[in-house]
Amino acid sequence: MSAAVHSRPRRRQDTGVTARPEHSKESPLAVHAMTVAYNKKPVLWDVDYDAPPKQLISIVGPNGAGKSTFIKACLGLVPSASGQVEFWGDVYKRSRHRIGYVPQRESVDWDFPVSALDVVCMGRYRKIGWCRPVTRKHKRAAMECLERVGMASLAKRQISQLSGGQQQRVFLARALAQESDLYFMDEPFAGVDAATERAIVDVLRELRASGKTVIVVHHDLQTVREYFDHVILLNMRVVASGDVATVFTEENLQRTYGGRLTLLSEASEAIAQAASGRR
Amino acid sequence: MPEFSAHLGALHPHRHASITDVTDELPTLTEILETLTFRAGFNTNMVILGTTLLGLAAGVVGVFALLRKRSLVADAISHATLPGICIAFLAAVVLGYEGRSILILLVGATLSGIVGVLCIHAIVRFTRLHEDAAIGIVLSVFFGAGVVLLTYIQKNASAGSAGLDQFIMGQAATMVSADAIVMASIAGVCMLLVVLLLKEFSLVCFNESFARATGWPVSLLDLIMMALVILVTVAGLQAVGLILVVAMLILPPVSARFWTDRLWLLVLLSGFIGASSGYLGSSVSALLPRKPAGAVIVLTAGVLFVISMLGAPARGVLATLVRRLILNMRIASEHLLEAAYEQQGRPIPVDQVRGLARLRAWPLWTLPLLKLTLNRKGYLASVTTEGWRLTPAGLERGAQVSRNHKLWEQYLVSYADIAPSHVDWSVDQVEHVLTPELVAELEHKLTMHGIEVGAS
Repeated sequence: MSAAVHSRPRRRQDTGVTARPEHSKESPLAVHAMTVAYNKKPVLWDVDYDAPPKQLISIVGPNGAGKSTFIKACLGLVPSASGQVEFWGDVYKRSRHRIGYVPQRESVDWDFPVSALDVVCMGRYRKIGWCRPVTRKHKRAAMECLERVGMASLAKRQISQLSGGQQQRVFLARALAQESDLYFMDEPFAGVDAATERAIVDVLRELRASGKTVIVVHHDLQTVREYFDHVILLNMRVVASGDVATVFTEENLQRTYGGRLTLLSEASEAIAQAASGRR
Repeated sequence: MPEFSAHLGALHPHRHASITDVTDELPTLTEILETLTFRAGFNTNMVILGTTLLGLAAGVVGVFALLRKRSLVADAISHATLPGICIAFLAAVVLGYEGRSILILLVGATLSGIVGVLCIHAIVRFTRLHEDAAIGIVLSVFFGAGVVLLTYIQKNASAGSAGLDQFIMGQAATMVSADAIVMASIAGVCMLLVVLLLKEFSLVCFNESFARATGWPVSLLDLIMMALVILVTVAGLQAVGLILVVAMLILPPVSARFWTDRLWLLVLLSGFIGASSGYLGSSVSALLPRKPAGAVIVLTAGVLFVISMLGAPARGVLATLVRRLILNMRIASEHLLEAAYEQQGRPIPVDQVRGLARLRAWPLWTLPLLKLTLNRKGYLASVTTEGWRLTPAGLERGAQVSRNHKLWEQYLVSYADIAPSHVDWSVDQVEHVLTPELVAELEHKLTMHGIEVGAS
């Protein structure tokens, strides 16, 4: 795995136009020159990224760095001002049946009249198709996904009566029910209990073992080395991306988090811990 | 036979000399039965049937307006219909058609309702204003424009303009069989679409971004939902009036929400509550002359809402209060039983009970209720000047509670990372949650710290 440290996109000497890199069909996600802006203010600037297949990838960066926006722009949920996104060398529209999504837990109103199982079934709606009811076959598949996150016993419970961690696991189960090859997860570890964190990590490893690629917005620098293979350090642009072992360094973190002292000390602590833990 | 004569009380003050001069006669039982069983004459039947079907359609569609948090958009739509009605009337008169043709007026109403929705979207999309402000703006400005046009028409146009203002307060009495048939088809369309698109609607309402990411055409589905809301709103103008029609879309689903946590049941119940409001409300207004049907229907829906809010077993206010009281009582009695266990069989002195009440900051009424609770469970033998004496069952429960609490505390200490999702202070025995091996381990740890655990 190459560890590319991007500063600026390479420019072609003769024309001065940014060269469009060759994206391989193997790469589950290839982002080229993506710029996203809300109300005149750019949130992401000239992002270039090639995701390696079959890896657990984390997106790390300070608050407001555009981590969630990156995922949403890839999925076409927010319009990008410029740039291209390709999945396995194809556009989103033709590949979205292979893409799963776990939105932020806070993005929905959990006082909604459905059970945990109903929510997981939503992951299969596309497979079921227009106007058809959810059949027993699909309910069984959804139930299996709930089992994988350790929530089978709470399948019938109304979703507002679940704890935050359990709700997060329901969202994860719904993504599993999509049976995708590439997963985007927006802060799945935010505010969950230890049992849920463990359950999510187990599922992530299972997914990698079965050849899936998972891209996770992550905020806990302490666990990056333990949970992930690959890391994107993001702060409006990609500061660095590559194997955790080579890219997740103090120098790169400093370039990502800048002068934010509290975060910086947390980061160096994380590195020190990871270094001593690696042995 | 009661004849329908709903009047616009506010706009046409009736001829009584004084408001105390009320001459309503209460209907007889036969009249009530006749009205409720559709034997009160053809006109009355059509009105009751039409409003019942309107209630059904509004109840079913209202569920999705509520879940999509767009209920108030319906209010803006209904107010936005007034300028459309007036413009349609003027246009029809200019073109030489019958200006009061209900069809022409409702087409005008629909078009200006749609313009109203588009204005809300435009305001939200292109400014920094939120939807609530946009709704307020559209609602008031459109309604204001409508009132200006209406006044102009009433001053200048021919006598044919009489009755245009019925759309403001509604006049169910003007419904004829054709209207009932229209209502029936609208209710049919609404129910058919909801049955077909239940899962698509629910997905968009619950999690729009996931729906979008998985490739559902969210805008199209939103459009269908909004079209249904506009359809029901316009259909309700004649009977309920544009000020009150939004109540038909909001009250039934929020009432039904108190009774159930399942979506399809919510849709059924909401349709049922809406239909009942239409049926009962128009029947009452048929039996009591000069009561405007629209307002009575909305009041009926309001009564059903209050009943649901207070009385519903799952989410109702009373049930919630009772559940909280029972929980508080159980916690209080566990604290008392634990204290009793520590007295080793002697009665607990009254002073100590009071001390416990002070320590736990129990409200005044806790102690009498606690006595009742313990008595009912057979834990309390007697309360004398000596103190509270427990039965053997009570003492045994006290021992159990004390043991449970110690074990849970040890479990929280030993397994702090996973414990919070497993600990359940309310179970009868720790063994119901944890494995026997784990309990043995915890007991061992407690004895190592010199804490007596007590028998299981």
